[in-house]
Amino acid sequence: MATAVLPPQQRTNYLNAEHGVKSWLLTVDHKRIAILYMLSITFFFFIGGIYALLIRLELLTPAGDLVQADTYNRLFTGHGIVMVFFFLIPVVPAILGNFLVPLMIGAKDLAFPRINLLSWYLYVIAGALMLHVIITGGVDTGWTFYTPYSTAFASPKVIEAGLAAFINGFSSIFTGLNFIVTIHRMRAPGMTWSRLPLFIWAHYATSLVMVLGTPVIAITLVLLVLERVFHLGIFDPKLGGDPLLFQHLFWFYSHPAVYIMILPSMGIISELIACFSRKRIFGFNFVALSSVAIAVLGFLVWAHHMFVAGMSVYAALIFSFLTFFIGVPSAIKVFNWTATMYKGSVTYETPMLYAFGFLGLFTIGGLTGLFLATLGVDIHVTDTYFVVAHFHYVMVGGVVMAYLGGLHFWWPKITGRMYPESMGKLAALIGFVGFNLTFFPQFILGYVGMPRRYYQYPPEFQVLNVLSTAGATILGIGYLFPLVYLLWSLRYGEVAGDNPWNAAGLEWKTSSPPPTFNFDVDPVVDFEAYNYDELKEIPVER
Amino acid sequence: MGNTPYWPESASNWAQGVDALYIFLVLVSVVMCVLIFGAVAFLSVKFRRKPGVQPTAIEGSHLLEITWSVLPMFFFFAFFLGGALIFFHERTPPQDASEIYVVAKQWMWKMEHPEGPREINTLHVPLGKDVKLIMTSMDVIHSFYVPAFRIKQDVLPGRYTIMWFRATQPGTYHLFCAEYCGTQHSGMIGSIIVQPEAEYQTWLNGGSSSVPLAQTGEKAFAELGCASCHRSDTQGRGPLLAGIYGRPVALEDGRSVMVDENYLRESILDPGAKVVAGFRPVMPTFQGIISEEQLAALVAYVKSLTPSSGQAAGAAPAKAEKGPPQMKSGSSR
Repeated sequence: MATAVLPPQQRTNYLNAEHGVKSWLLTVDHKRIAILYMLSITFFFFIGGIYALLIRLELLTPAGDLVQADTYNRLFTGHGIVMVFFFLIPVVPAILGNFLVPLMIGAKDLAFPRINLLSWYLYVIAGALMLHVIITGGVDTGWTFYTPYSTAFASPKVIEAGLAAFINGFSSIFTGLNFIVTIHRMRAPGMTWSRLPLFIWAHYATSLVMVLGTPVIAITLVLLVLERVFHLGIFDPKLGGDPLLFQHLFWFYSHPAVYIMILPSMGIISELIACFSRKRIFGFNFVALSSVAIAVLGFLVWAHHMFVAGMSVYAALIFSFLTFFIGVPSAIKVFNWTATMYKGSVTYETPMLYAFGFLGLFTIGGLTGLFLATLGVDIHVTDTYFVVAHFHYVMVGGVVMAYLGGLHFWWPKITGRMYPESMGKLAALIGFVGFNLTFFPQFILGYVGMPRRYYQYPPEFQVLNVLSTAGATILGIGYLFPLVYLLWSLRYGEVAGDNPWNAAGLEWKTSSPPPTFNFDVDPVVDFEAYNYDELKEIPVER
Repeated sequence: MGNTPYWPESASNWAQGVDALYIFLVLVSVVMCVLIFGAVAFLSVKFRRKPGVQPTAIEGSHLLEITWSVLPMFFFFAFFLGGALIFFHERTPPQDASEIYVVAKQWMWKMEHPEGPREINTLHVPLGKDVKLIMTSMDVIHSFYVPAFRIKQDVLPGRYTIMWFRATQPGTYHLFCAEYCGTQHSGMIGSIIVQPEAEYQTWLNGGSSSVPLAQTGEKAFAELGCASCHRSDTQGRGPLLAGIYGRPVALEDGRSVMVDENYLRESILDPGAKVVAGFRPVMPTFQGIISEEQLAALVAYVKSLTPSSGQAAGAAPAKAEKGPPQMKSGSSR
């Protein structure tokens, strides 16, 4: 096994192969594109975070006193659009997926390196447009753009914001297409489907959803603009349209989009738990296929967002029934991750702590999803803070925990440096505590009846809102802290070596950071995924 | 700061069932959390790294996989059934419920009682009586939400949506708009006041001597000239309306449709959409001519007509000249 004889800065790798701004902006190296994504997506995460902070500050008191009502409406709309379209959807596939998919399957790059760069440029153009919307006043439709409010009322920036989401959608489609072709065509000799890491399985399933689902939101946004600009009667009953049609089209994409967000995160968790338990994932085939099952079932449950919208009773019954089924593959994953630790050799490094955090938060997020699938209960809690808490548990508790876990895990591969372990553990703990304090009170708030998107509220809801705001402050620290020490580690972190975790997987068999074409010798795979039983030596305690 | 509630007040026939199902869900979830978190904690500590101890390779177990795939389904099915039963009941209003029309607009609620009184952002309802709300919006989508009743329903422009409840506890309860509707969304709130029957009657009779809604509708029916075609005998150019509500009618294109509030509404605003078999599409539209309030009154009037009561206004074809532009093509069938 190659050990790091030379300090990383003296070996040629993807970071020091070329220099200068141009070498970055015109790069077709998937790893450099991943870094470009990391910078831009992190930027939008903090924009979305500032929105969240202002929202929580306004809700500290029952009266609307910090900002104007219209401003508040623009805050939660901006928070939703930025976090969903510019953070949650791309964060794992475009950063870690981009970096790792070729490495994990033993390829030199993605199948279409230039399209990969184009994806990033589309993201940046869409992001710039969204920033322009934000700076020039913002939109107040909510990220859901419900008609006829968005077509007949609302602020005039709706078209521009819709265009930003539209362009960003193509970035997502291209990434998905690239992954599908790459995973089919560019696997190293011996890398059979049954040997593919679960991270790859998850990204494959995600890519299917991206390619099949995203065009629908694009069409929907075009229809919305047609109605707003040319007054074609599509969604507005005054023009002869149907407002529920918009909701059906919107959720036909936006529900599967939840799986675009969570599936890659599930892939990360499989990698982390296998590595830090030193075991093959329990029930590998079930975990792999459950990703595909989630991707397929995800397209059949969209109208569970619309139980009170005025849909037919029988449609509601069918969608409620189908929604329970999607709970099964998610449950299978949680049970298998837990069982993986049985007779393992478990250690508690930062990535594993994030994986534990994910298990806790995703389990609560998933279970409360059952409440919302249950018709009689959903009628009471839909459009309240119960829903807000539920999807934050899944989308923030799930996705952000997994992303941070994955980022710490592959940080040595990406940068060649270790992050400071004790600070990593502390940040994971702060994030977990802050998250629960922010969002758990919101379940209670929702059942008591506080509607979402409320700028002012009856005074009896204040105590729970204060708890939530206090939690958000802690959560903010939990997210800022890693930014600081990870930047610090770029210069002062311990040199990582090729495989600091003694982990299985092809990405660990090349140097850290990897060379431009990933492997000095083309890899041949003659082992199963997660062959931890063959990696006998136990690494030195860190 | 007010007393912080950790559980909503319970004031309708739905509250008990929804709460019971919710508690069942909470209990199952807590048990699941204890099992999963307990297993994670136990396994991660018991099998923590120890010097010299190698992990054992385990592929998995089909028996376990099938068990933990199938077992949750029983619970899921129980949740589904419980929720579906409540929901189905919620969507089936009793025939004899008293009907209140609700018109939502940015950012207020207007309520019209069948007996005549109108209210804004406040709704008085009698204790222990079935109440059905027939709701529509004048602009965007709103949602009528009463947490103490555990019920909400979106209110859409261009159609009626229905909800019903029976208040079980006197008191004043929050009414919230639960679908984001613009600037003052969080200001689109009001009160539901539940009163014992006698008190409610006093409230109804007090205030202005208002005209019952169906009577307002009868007046509009006459003024708009509806009676010239919808005659009380069977000789009119439009179908006989008495007793038509709540029954299916055959349509010209061979389909049949249940005559409910939405069909009546559509037939007034877009008469050509679903023409009753045996009639010609000669009725003019009243879109833009009548307000939501008049529309509600007309619907209430048509519903009040029973075959025995006859059509009071029906025998007055002379009033036709006061009506809207007469249909030119209208020849007797």
